[in-house]
Amino acid sequence: MSEKINSRVIGGVGEPVPKKDAPALLTGKPVYVADIAPRECLCVKLMHSPHAHAMIEEIDVSRAQRLPGVACVLTYKDVPGTRFTQAGQTYPEFSPYDRLILDRHLRCVGDPVAIVAAETEKQALAAIKLIKVSYKVLPAILDPRESIDNEVLIHPEESWRALVPSCGADNRRNLIAAGEDAQGDIEAELAACDVVIDREYTTRANQQCMMETFRAFTRIDTYGRLEIVSSTQVPFHVRRILATALEMPKSRVRVIKPRIGGGFGAKQTAVCEQYPAIVTVKTGRPAMIVYTREESMTLSSPRHAMRMHVRLGAMRDGTIRAIDLHTLSNSGAYGEHGPTTVGLSGHKSIPLYTHNMKAFRFAWHTVYTNTMSAGAYRGYGATQGLFAVESAVNELAHALGMDPAVLREKNIVREGETMPAYYGETAASCAIDRCIARAKEMIGWAEKYPARTLDNGHIRAVGMALAMQGSGISGVDTGAVMIRLGDDGIYNMSIGATDMGTGCDTILAQMAAQSLECPVDNITVHGVDTDTSPYDCGSYASSTTYVTGMAVVKTCEELRKKIIRVGAKLLGCREGEVLFEGDCVKKADGSASVTLAQIANAHMMAGVEDISACVSSGSPVSPPPFMCGCAEVDLDPLTGEVKLVDYVGVVDCGTVINPNLARRQTEGGLLQGIGMTLTERPEMDHLGRTVSNSFLQYKIPARVDAPNIRVEFEPSYEPTGPFGAKSIGECVINTPAPAIADAVYNASGVRVRDLPITAEKILLGRKE
Amino acid sequence: MNIEFVLNGRRVSAAADADDSLYKVLRGLGMYSVKCGCETTNCGLCTVHMDGRAVLSCSVPAARCAGHEITTLEGMQEEARRLGACLAGEGAEQCGYCAPGLMMNVFALAKENPHATDAEIDAFLAGNLCRCSGYVSQRKAIKTYLGMVCGEVRA
Amino acid sequence: MAKYKNYVVAQSLEEAYALNAKKSSVIVAGNMWLRMCGLNKQTAIDLSALGLDRIEETEDAFVIGSMAVLRSLETHEALNAAFGGVFRDALAPIVGTQFRNTATVGGSVYSRFGFSDVSALLLALHAQVLLYKRGAVSLSDYQKETWDRDIITHIRIPKGQRAAVRSVRVSETDIPVLVCAASVSGEGLRLVLGARPARAQIVAEHLAPDCGEETFEEIAAKTAFGGNLRASEAYRRKIAPVLMMRAAKACREVAQK
Repeated sequence: MSEKINSRVIGGVGEPVPKKDAPALLTGKPVYVADIAPRECLCVKLMHSPHAHAMIEEIDVSRAQRLPGVACVLTYKDVPGTRFTQAGQTYPEFSPYDRLILDRHLRCVGDPVAIVAAETEKQALAAIKLIKVSYKVLPAILDPRESIDNEVLIHPEESWRALVPSCGADNRRNLIAAGEDAQGDIEAELAACDVVIDREYTTRANQQCMMETFRAFTRIDTYGRLEIVSSTQVPFHVRRILATALEMPKSRVRVIKPRIGGGFGAKQTAVCEQYPAIVTVKTGRPAMIVYTREESMTLSSPRHAMRMHVRLGAMRDGTIRAIDLHTLSNSGAYGEHGPTTVGLSGHKSIPLYTHNMKAFRFAWHTVYTNTMSAGAYRGYGATQGLFAVESAVNELAHALGMDPAVLREKNIVREGETMPAYYGETAASCAIDRCIARAKEMIGWAEKYPARTLDNGHIRAVGMALAMQGSGISGVDTGAVMIRLGDDGIYNMSIGATDMGTGCDTILAQMAAQSLECPVDNITVHGVDTDTSPYDCGSYASSTTYVTGMAVVKTCEELRKKIIRVGAKLLGCREGEVLFEGDCVKKADGSASVTLAQIANAHMMAGVEDISACVSSGSPVSPPPFMCGCAEVDLDPLTGEVKLVDYVGVVDCGTVINPNLARRQTEGGLLQGIGMTLTERPEMDHLGRTVSNSFLQYKIPARVDAPNIRVEFEPSYEPTGPFGAKSIGECVINTPAPAIADAVYNASGVRVRDLPITAEKILLGRKE
Repeated sequence: MNIEFVLNGRRVSAAADADDSLYKVLRGLGMYSVKCGCETTNCGLCTVHMDGRAVLSCSVPAARCAGHEITTLEGMQEEARRLGACLAGEGAEQCGYCAPGLMMNVFALAKENPHATDAEIDAFLAGNLCRCSGYVSQRKAIKTYLGMVCGEVRA
Repeated sequence: MAKYKNYVVAQSLEEAYALNAKKSSVIVAGNMWLRMCGLNKQTAIDLSALGLDRIEETEDAFVIGSMAVLRSLETHEALNAAFGGVFRDALAPIVGTQFRNTATVGGSVYSRFGFSDVSALLLALHAQVLLYKRGAVSLSDYQKETWDRDIITHIRIPKGQRAAVRSVRVSETDIPVLVCAASVSGEGLRLVLGARPARAQIVAEHLAPDCGEETFEEIAAKTAFGGNLRASEAYRRKIAPVLMMRAAKACREVAQK
């Protein structure tokens, strides 16, 4: 792929192009789901279980049904009996088929008991109050450590089904996944090590907190099919999920994604679409559900809470020889993303220390409990695993009396090395060494490590962590792109990848502009409609830039060939005699040319030849982006309060396609990681009720909480990626927790191994 | 009941229940820039101007607006394009869902303290949450915009 | 969500008082918390047309209308000049400017929220609550009462004092984990602790403004604290003397200026 400066390309790869949807978003145009819903939509509301574990003995909806304005009240008696998973994953999904739209068996507080649809919200809420239910309350499992082989079974039903049995799911044991990946003799290596750090770390079920809550509306279209307009990251998966749940042929379902107000993985799960869908199927009327913030915080798809046991073995000189990690992951009441997230906790942490590694073992269990079902959240298990492994590496540095930066430099994976703990893939592009060096310079590591006391008695200290992620799911993720040449030489690009604010519509257009040697404004982007967009598994797993981006490159190559063919025909010569130059096709000797507009207009006359291309792409590898993060904290030793005063992140995401958008992804991801570490406190009471159920009780950082986040890039060149690019979206959330935890240790002497880090843990944990 | 007020410079009349919020009435009138992100007055997405002051429309009772002037982003399109160009220039809007509420509060800031420092910008806008951007780029864009506003004030 | 059948913009205090005599009525002030509380009432009474949003300065006091919004206290120059800028400092962490443009001082005082920064500050400042029928009541007494049907018209703050507030919060705009408001007046140093997490209370008064650290330890030992989502009883107890010491010190510094 040529990357020479090309004056015909405007807004190509490497340019900070504003997002194509920016003018609409920044003038408040009605472009989101609820803005474009038909006014006559029924309002759909859910009645939620008050119990963590219960069976519905009786349910009487007669009074609710008679209330004026109520269109329907549905219970478990009214829904199809086929189990499904809400997880937006490629078929056959790893997540077990363990749900019904409504079930008699309620498995967590909030589990839907009934669906009510009415003309107005007030009527729907009033109707819920009139539903009479008697519950048989069952003993609940709230602690994941008590789940395996508990006599209480959360999914005893015969119709429970695991499509991929190799993941070790067993509903008779409350088990969603179990497995092990290892190389070398871990026990022997640990025994031979001079120092072994043996620790347990825990993370909680953090909420994505996208500003637009879950929502969708449904209607019957012109052809009598079910149309779903949803705020989703996975339109094609939603089509399959709903067809399965509703027992409908997939040809009868169409899913459209308009602009969406953030996702961060939350909307990789079909959290709410089935409720309006079944209302529309039953009543024939358009219906919309809009989750309240409380519903979005209590019955959604948060991060899997994990408990990780790490044994990290090293020699006195600091060579890390062995890592043993066991992860217990809590998937909650249902198995969405349970078997897959847990894998990243080891596969995207251990490989960082490949260089001197003699043996590793990574074992895992994912279990059911009677808590809110978990899902996908940016980082997807890697965030949890990296908190554990990076914290252990920092603890090792302290045990050895070594600078943690030096310890890392000694052990990190080098470009070209094979990573046994990363499915044997090779680090073909890796600038992690440069990331560390630059991050140290930026934060002033040499002067600031580990800590110093200020005149006001506060203590300033620094901490460091590394991170990696993947770029798409190797051998699974697929993105296709279609580009058509139109009047006067415009290009219409259709994608199935879902821009959720990340800017992928623009980034993919920049790649197309680069490939087709034209201004980015000449590329219109359309997405996503399952009827018209080419297939894409969706935007998750850090796949879009890398996987769909490669599809753009391949599609453009096809399209160029077709343009050349028609151009040559119009010039009356052979294809080999002409060159494509973006705005024209000309003879190599310069004697004649035909403009792109002429070619475009000619191909729309008398059926000369269709000039369009659609190519699908996937990748056998998932090249990891890498990064180094450094935190500087300010500790008030008398109250234990910690303020983050500075955070630097240096990222190797391969080639940076759009520096503005890559930077925003990094800054935003870092702040989410910072929130998870310091202010966000997922809490549940002893009855299994989520009490961190609002923005009042669950504190995401406001701008006055945000530190001075500084980001730089240290690009490598990924040979399998489009223009050398890798992913960025997820990797950037992973460093704050371990980096801040070590800065806090350096400031206070308190090692917090259970997130979040609170002033109370620090103050009460300090030795007098 | 029927409530008459001035919306974006035009007199309007809207039907509302006694317990309806201004937010609900505005959406009903097609003011789709106004969003709702929480039920607890924390997010700032529903920010509009009431008699020139930025308020949370989710908390203002619709009935209290009778006779008052309400302004939404729909009524400030020219300013929106100017501030929007600054935000887009940084890529600071990301998903865009928090943008209208943020922009309405930036307009309030521009009126009250166009020479705001970084810390004053952050403090004034603290009630506008954003989950995408990490805020750094928003601050930069807002400073650019305030600089434009100040330039005009001086001229 | 709160539900009402009727919404009445009162044209006089007498009308508002008469309507509010019924248990099925409720006064709508800023409507920040009220709308979340799930009340089901016949009549909502709006005081916004009664001119109760003004801040007036008399010879010996500031008299603040109950419908004055928090932002107007925060930005009122004379009020801040008189009390060393404490309103600006103490109210700024409350959610955001839009919130403080709508939330009223009367709503805060009437509701007696445990987490209220406003109540803690006003309590330190010897505020009086002016009620339509009962007349003036000290805020310290009013804080201890249960919700009655009288209407707060004004809050009166005597001049001649200096105050400072210190708090610990999970995030900058969150409600406090613990808040300490201190004032120094002719009566000496008064200390108020709020978000204990129970209602704010005066934990000490008539102290020497320069009392020593052990005094704060003793006060904390005698004060009741509790645990909630934001912190444990033990943590609050441990930071209370620190916040008292810092608030008292800040108070002395303001007084010296």
